[in-house]
Amino acid sequence: MGELVWIFLSAMVINNFTLALFLGLCPFMGVSARVETALRMGAANIFVLVITSVTVSFLNAFILEQAPYLRIISFIVVIASLVQIVETVIKKVSPTLFRELGIYLPLITTNCAILGLAIFQTNRGYDFIEGLAFALGAGAGLTLALVLMASIREESELASVPSIARGMGLVLIIAGSLSLCFMGFAGLLSSS
Amino acid sequence: MNASHRIVTASPHIKAADDTPTIMWSVVASLAPVVASAVYFFGPSALLVLAASVAGALAPEALLGNRGARSLRDGSAIITGVLLGLTLPPGIPLWMAFLGGAFGIGFGKLVYGGLGQNVFNPALLGRAFLQAAFPVAITTWPAASKNWWALQGDNFAFPLMSPKVPDALSGATPLGLMKFEQTSTPSLDLILGSTSGSLGETSGLIILVCGAYLAARKHLEWRIPASILATVAVFSAILYAIDSAHYPSPVFALFSGGLMLGAVFMATDMVTSPVTHRGCWIFGVGIGLLVVTIRLWGGLSEGVMYAILLMNALVPFINRATQPRTFGALEAESKP
Repeated sequence: MGELVWIFLSAMVINNFTLALFLGLCPFMGVSARVETALRMGAANIFVLVITSVTVSFLNAFILEQAPYLRIISFIVVIASLVQIVETVIKKVSPTLFRELGIYLPLITTNCAILGLAIFQTNRGYDFIEGLAFALGAGAGLTLALVLMASIREESELASVPSIARGMGLVLIIAGSLSLCFMGFAGLLSSS
Repeated sequence: MNASHRIVTASPHIKAADDTPTIMWSVVASLAPVVASAVYFFGPSALLVLAASVAGALAPEALLGNRGARSLRDGSAIITGVLLGLTLPPGIPLWMAFLGGAFGIGFGKLVYGGLGQNVFNPALLGRAFLQAAFPVAITTWPAASKNWWALQGDNFAFPLMSPKVPDALSGATPLGLMKFEQTSTPSLDLILGSTSGSLGETSGLIILVCGAYLAARKHLEWRIPASILATVAVFSAILYAIDSAHYPSPVFALFSGGLMLGAVFMATDMVTSPVTHRGCWIFGVGIGLLVVTIRLWGGLSEGVMYAILLMNALVPFINRATQPRTFGALEAESKP
């Protein structure tokens, strides 16, 4: 149990996918203008990351034993098609949930955070449950980064930002500053 | 015109005497004893480092500030420069101190639109930048030298060259000793300040007195330092009660490192702290918990800077979450 909590916290805060490993930057920059949208994007991210983790555990256990050279291509193809299937099923079963997540799902499937999770999970040899904790932690970390960014951006909308820094320039500067802050977690708990 | 004529003007008719320059300059004045004690303990090096970081903070404000010379006159950039200088070790090369000030004001304040609109504390952002860029220079504390006039370390190192740091002379801060060698420092030394460390990390007592003066003039939100210090004291007292061999005592936790300076002068920055009272308590408790966590279990020996910066990043969210209801609030909820 302690091991699982540690995997979760490590993926969420200490090795935050966005702010420490710089994965998944496109949603971090692109879908962080409003806190509400950022929360939905985070939820969609957690959803896809969990599907990824389950798929990767399955592929690693039953298929890739014999053919490790197929790893990257099978991760991408299987995860992307699985998410498309899930999306179609959601559209049929729950139109409300589809409207909440639907637009973001295709955006996320080809994200580097997803492939990053798949490869980290394989390299670190996580089993099924550990992989789930890792995926939930990574998703929570992405959501945390998105919400922090969105709340700062909403506030700076009211500020008289100079014209050279307006728009994406300020977003990049905020991202850099947030990443500097998260350096404080570097090395946390690494001895235990 | 006859004096008995009544002049009709728009409100407000009664104005408080405090405006931004008054408050900022009173903060500068209250930093003077802290600066004096830094000079007393570290000699002329302290003055040089402070001058360099103030110059670094003023340069972009003067060149790029959207209000030109007016933004210099309100004193806020001087506070940033002095606070940054107080977080630096006395032996740091002066060009690094200058760069830290310029980065803090340029990327921490001016890009957000200047005074009152920044998200992160500019002084701490400048220091975080220096910590990331020059991790060795910023964690090298020279041992207290016998000769007061001697420069500490290599202040005049040429930019982009590595400074000469004699190994035999480098001392360790009380926090570093605690973390890496498990030895504690006598409490009296910590409270009075005769320890190795950054310029403003010495005398907790002087900082507390200056903070009390500012709080009495209502230029400082007393809830923030109170909640930070109380959280650190309680959290470390619990850990100390569990295992007194591994964890430092609460007195050590309170008076070592930059906690006093951070809690009194940096976390209370009016721009980057929450606007509601409830938000201030949340903010302070969060900083306290993060400080103890990073100090005890993190890779660095000091966590005050990162704790404040991380909570700065959360402030817009705290403000959203603690926004009081305009109408229809219950009696118990009416004091946010």
